[in-house]
Amino acid sequence: MLDVESSQRVERGPSTVPGTEDLVINMGPQHPSTHGVLRVILKMDGETVTDVDCDIGYLHRGTEKIGENITYTMFIPYTDRLDYIAAPSSNLAWVQTVESLFDWEIPPRALFIRSMVAELSRIASHLLWLATHALDIGAMTVFLWCFREREMVLDLFERAFGARLTVNAFRLGGLFQDVPQEFLDDTRAFIEIFPSRIDDYETLLTENRIWLQRTQGVGVISAEDAMDLALTGPILRSTGVQWDLRRAKPYAAYPFLDFVVPVGENGDVYDRYLVRVEEMRQSTRIIEQCLDMLPDGPVSCKTPRTIKPPAGEVYHSIENPKGEFGFYLVSDGTETPYRVRIRPPSFINLAGLKKLSVGGLLADVIAIIGSIDIVLGECDR
Amino acid sequence: MGLIDGKLSDNFLTTKFDSLVAWARKSSLWPMTFGLACCAIEMMASGAARYDFDRFGVIFRATPRQSDVIIIAGTVTHKMGDAILRVYNQMPEPRWVIAMGNCATCGGPYANYAVMQGVDEIIPVDVYVPGCPPRPESLMWGVMQLQKKIEQERFVRKSISAA
Amino acid sequence: MADEAGTTESNGEGSAETEAPKTPPGMDLRNLVDAEFPGAVLEQSAYEDREDEVTFVLKVDYLLRVCEYLRNHPAASFKILTDLTAAHYLENEEPFQVIYQLVSVDHARLLRLKMKIRDGQEVPSVTEIWSSANWMEREVYDLFGISFAGHPDLRRILLPEDWGSHPFRKDYPLEGRGERIYSKPTRKESGE
Repeated sequence: MLDVESSQRVERGPSTVPGTEDLVINMGPQHPSTHGVLRVILKMDGETVTDVDCDIGYLHRGTEKIGENITYTMFIPYTDRLDYIAAPSSNLAWVQTVESLFDWEIPPRALFIRSMVAELSRIASHLLWLATHALDIGAMTVFLWCFREREMVLDLFERAFGARLTVNAFRLGGLFQDVPQEFLDDTRAFIEIFPSRIDDYETLLTENRIWLQRTQGVGVISAEDAMDLALTGPILRSTGVQWDLRRAKPYAAYPFLDFVVPVGENGDVYDRYLVRVEEMRQSTRIIEQCLDMLPDGPVSCKTPRTIKPPAGEVYHSIENPKGEFGFYLVSDGTETPYRVRIRPPSFINLAGLKKLSVGGLLADVIAIIGSIDIVLGECDR
Repeated sequence: MGLIDGKLSDNFLTTKFDSLVAWARKSSLWPMTFGLACCAIEMMASGAARYDFDRFGVIFRATPRQSDVIIIAGTVTHKMGDAILRVYNQMPEPRWVIAMGNCATCGGPYANYAVMQGVDEIIPVDVYVPGCPPRPESLMWGVMQLQKKIEQERFVRKSISAA
Repeated sequence: MADEAGTTESNGEGSAETEAPKTPPGMDLRNLVDAEFPGAVLEQSAYEDREDEVTFVLKVDYLLRVCEYLRNHPAASFKILTDLTAAHYLENEEPFQVIYQLVSVDHARLLRLKMKIRDGQEVPSVTEIWSSANWMEREVYDLFGISFAGHPDLRRILLPEDWGSHPFRKDYPLEGRGERIYSKPTRKESGE
């Protein structure tokens, strides 16, 4: 044994300082805290992360290519499966992109229902984020509590659209059919109890010492860097930049709604947590206003049987729970799109993982991945 | 059973060894969570408060070495195929596979260059659960189907007859 | 398909003729770029004259300079490169378009830059200007096979390293049979 060791030492040469080698750690693609099929290859110097390489594409399903081969209406269910945690948001981005090629007038009732359902999906998405993020950091109770409320939101979707997760909520020109009155009643009942439930989560986390130690000052990014990396959504807002597409480029019923865009200060994991929790409260407010202001009338405008938009190209994006979710769409005047490009918030936010986690500890990477809030369906598309 | 009738005290129960093993196996199915896509969210919902899979003895494990059944929940791409095979090979026998959702069953709506048309191209599947994604009740049904299947498995008898 | 770019351009022209006094959208930015780099913008268009859909078609040589200028000039201040993608027009002489979607948070506006390139032509990488281009350029390289000169780490990102072709090209079938045989893992490959 000793002989072998000494012979190896001689091979290295006498002059070298007793060196250390970086340790390469592979996380994923099947790892419970990477939120899907993300593979992260970490280079470690002791406990410190020196390099991060993400291997994605394990869920690359060629959705954009499929979109170029089917009609505009047929693509709506595929958008459900992009950001499957907040499916109505993806539906909304797609139908609005296609509608922007036309000069249809969408009935106000449809716009308000769209905004309301999009906000419900934001709550569902943030609840799932909070559940898994807290679970990663070690808080089991939050997981169970968040799923309890998430089930309530999914029940609402089921009542209105007949499915829990991939709801296929909207159609080109409005909605498929009007939502039942029970949906509106149940939504009102939900938003009455939900704020107190958010308080419950906050009692578990916001001033929890373990939570603070694991999140404060971790994964800090400046506003300048965040814009350079094109990070959007809560990550950008946690750095103090008030950029929310619901405000900057209002769509659906958002011009008529009153809400606050919460921003953070430090741009760390904790601020992202605070921003998202506050967004859930604001979503509740928006839903309440939608219910109060909901106009009567039709839910769909007159659309042709075959959707053939004029030739041209548009880029339209909305504020998805994860960030800017957009479509770049090229139409050549036929029934199928010529080019469908999905602007994925998770993909682009995940590119910031290296910047966020280099120099931190291994355990922080878990917290940072959680705080980016990725969903691999639209990351890999 | 005539030989031992009345010879044991009240708290004894006689059964076949095969049934005993099958009962033990089916009552604590520990699944390896192979959440890939949308179905993974429903699988998580199955384990969470409302559907509460724990009452079936189904406790999700994050490592293949401790699990009996692998739930392939989501779209299997060609890039993922290798990882699935590796995880499957790491699972101890006896092992079962549930293909959850249309994608894992047959590729679902994704008939294209990147997606494997069903996970049964690479590993044997015991139960197919339809749905896109299946509701937690459907997954529960799938697990119960698997339990029925395990109940019927005979391994002592089989080995005797083989010898 | 061949005259796709032409149709969008004529769209803009047509509406300009009907409403003669109205200036097309994005003219301020056009003047800004033209003053500094005359000849850099080859075409200018906007879908139905919308302010959000302004598109400049750039000369490839000018790309980096124009991008840097648009990023740093206070009147433009396009600090975010929100999207970078490509499109394949099979029958065009310059079949590939690389599309850059810029966002200015300060002015709350969008701008689309576009370049038309030949097959195999290299495009200068904008990673030095916007870090977000890193992954998006890798993706375009992966799916379209367009190379970016000066990219720090140009390799495939979504598909496996040994894929060998670029599926988002229009001449690639949706169900690429050839590739499937190569990439499909078999029991033997797994090494048991």
